[in-house]
Amino acid sequence: MTEVSSVSERNDLIVQVESLTKSYGQVKAVDGIDLYVKRGEVFSLLGPNGAGKTTTVEILEGLRKADSGKISVLGLDPWRDGYELHKRIGVIPQGFRFFDKSTPREAINYYAELFGKRVNAEHLLKLVDLQDVSNMYFEYLSGGQKQKLGLALAMVNEAEILFLDEPTTGLDPQARRSIWKVIESLKLQGKTVFLTTHYLDEAERLSDKVAIMNHGSIIAYGGPETLVSKYGGSKKLTLEGDEKIYHLLTKTFNLPVIRQNGIIEITLKQSQDLLKIINAIESSGQPYSGLSLKKDTLEDVFITLVGRMKEGELD
Amino acid sequence: MNLKRIFADFTVFRREYLRNKEGFFFALVFPVILILLFGAIFSGSGHNSITVYALNEDRGPLGTSFLQTLNQTGAIRVVSVPSNASFPDYLLKHSYSQGILIPSSFSNSIYSRNEANIILYSNPADSSTQIVSGVVNTVAEGFNLRLSNSSSLISISQKSVNESSPSYIDFLIPGLIGFTVLTSPMFSMVNLSAEYKKSKFFKQLSLTPLTKGEWLTSKILWYVILSLVAFILMTATGTFLFGARVQITPWVFPFIILGSLLFVSLGMLVGTITKSIESAGVIGNIITFPMMFLSGTFFPLSIMPDWLAKLAHIFPLYYIIEGLTSTMVYDNLKSTIFDLAIVAFLCIIISVAAVGAFKWREE
Ligand SMILES: Nc1ncnc2c1ncn2[C@@H]1O[C@H](COP(=O)(O)OP(=O)(O)OP(=O)(O)O)[C@@H](O)[C@H]1O
Ligand SMILES: [Mg+2]
Repeated sequence: MTEVSSVSERNDLIVQVESLTKSYGQVKAVDGIDLYVKRGEVFSLLGPNGAGKTTTVEILEGLRKADSGKISVLGLDPWRDGYELHKRIGVIPQGFRFFDKSTPREAINYYAELFGKRVNAEHLLKLVDLQDVSNMYFEYLSGGQKQKLGLALAMVNEAEILFLDEPTTGLDPQARRSIWKVIESLKLQGKTVFLTTHYLDEAERLSDKVAIMNHGSIIAYGGPETLVSKYGGSKKLTLEGDEKIYHLLTKTFNLPVIRQNGIIEITLKQSQDLLKIINAIESSGQPYSGLSLKKDTLEDVFITLVGRMKEGELD
Repeated sequence: MNLKRIFADFTVFRREYLRNKEGFFFALVFPVILILLFGAIFSGSGHNSITVYALNEDRGPLGTSFLQTLNQTGAIRVVSVPSNASFPDYLLKHSYSQGILIPSSFSNSIYSRNEANIILYSNPADSSTQIVSGVVNTVAEGFNLRLSNSSSLISISQKSVNESSPSYIDFLIPGLIGFTVLTSPMFSMVNLSAEYKKSKFFKQLSLTPLTKGEWLTSKILWYVILSLVAFILMTATGTFLFGARVQITPWVFPFIILGSLLFVSLGMLVGTITKSIESAGVIGNIITFPMMFLSGTFFPLSIMPDWLAKLAHIFPLYYIIEGLTSTMVYDNLKSTIFDLAIVAFLCIIISVAAVGAFKWREE
């Protein structure tokens, strides 16, 4: 969050948020966050249910009014300049919907006319893989097809930045991947994407920067790799073996070892540890199997951070 | 206001409306059914003739000629019933409240200069009893004079007052147009705006360049068109099928346009200020139903108790129907303009309130 230093970098910022707060009664939905998104970046806002993601996104879109804080999107104040801003952003709101008895093609043409853009509906439908159902009423589309239509509509006005609030929630792996493909192609076109998601693998794969939000605060921010090495970064060796191996490992090494359901997991500190452990097990002559090395993922970091916060260990 | 956007939104809304079977039904079929239904129910009494069931047992020709004369008065419609054992029982069994029995000796008695007796059966509670006995008396009087060979000094030519004054069906047409102007926007806009608010569809629309005003305009445009179509269908059906005599004047159109604007706005207002879809529906009905029945829609206010007729003055629909009646039925310009002014005034208040209360986004 303090990565912004030089003025030239500041000009590159498409989203700039400082000390943003928003409360609903006693609930501090957003509790003084700072956020910076650079042009051309895919930015993911992660967090458990109720963390404040949608509230934040909708404030950035100018759909909700912030209680306090400095907010600038494309250099505009989203609430005050909402009408101007909306022409320049693309949005899939959480729980996107459309008129029940309109088809995807009609939906795209409707948006095109509202935005005064000439769009090739065929091209957009193909891009989101909806050609087959282009004449089916919205009410009969599957959840994934509806989300894809939402994505197509968000692209109609050729916005500089797209806000996608949980675009892949509830979709099958195939459908999720086709949405990823679209997001990746948007990124290639130099568009900025502001994403919220519950899928950590998705964030890890797509994002340049992620922020993890919990109880209205941002508890971690950075590139996915950076976060993994900062908060997790450990490698774990797992193998199937009995008590004897477990005791051998706990006695020989000063490393955290756990054994559960016959699976032993040992967290490595240094790369030499790996060789030493395998040597020790081999020379003990005890039977073992299923040896594998696991690297921490963003998901582990997420679970650790959000979990720790729950226990009140994090300030 | 951007016409292209209004038109785009109008197109989507129109499609959505007509692709729903109920929408199509309410737009085109319902108005015709309404006028057919009410027209059929009341067209019998449209000329104010009262049905009297007659049993003619007369063996001579005079009984028949008496009944024909009764029929020619226009005030009474004589329906002959088959001969039966007991005429009063027959009437009772069929719930007929007016009956006339001509005895078998009717012609004979007259020819032999004896007093002939006609029996009138009636239900004292029935308001038409007076009329029937009056008419029968007059006709009998005429027969008496003619048969006694004296000429009547005073001749009364029977003319129905209704011939030149409006009949029920004439009132029904402006009433039912008002009904459509009220119900088609109210029943759908209340629910639609409450639902759009809940499902955040309004928020989603606010992300496009479409403005609140444009959105509202396209809805009003659609309901104006629906009301015009209903107006044409109802006036045509009423005129050709039931012989309604109404005038189509240019004054009809401001009432339809302002009426649609008013009730689209009112529907919006109810849908947006209520907390849930359910409460929106309840409040919508509380407003719509009394207004629908008490504004002179299905029957003239004159038949209602005084206090109820006065109460009707609080309903905007009352002024729309009164105005439409003034111009279509009475051709009374002064009263038309007066009603139009009131409608315009209410329209401004309600639509300003609706636009003010209607939020695309949340604070
Ligand atoms: N309109 C509202 N009125 C009252 N409380 C609200 C409102 N919107 C959000 N909240 C509260 O604010 C908090 C944050 O909600 P928000 O929708 O931003 O979470 P989220 O991170 O998007 O969750 P999810 O992952 O489930 O979508 C929650 O406790 C929620 O109950
Ligand atoms: Mg959310």
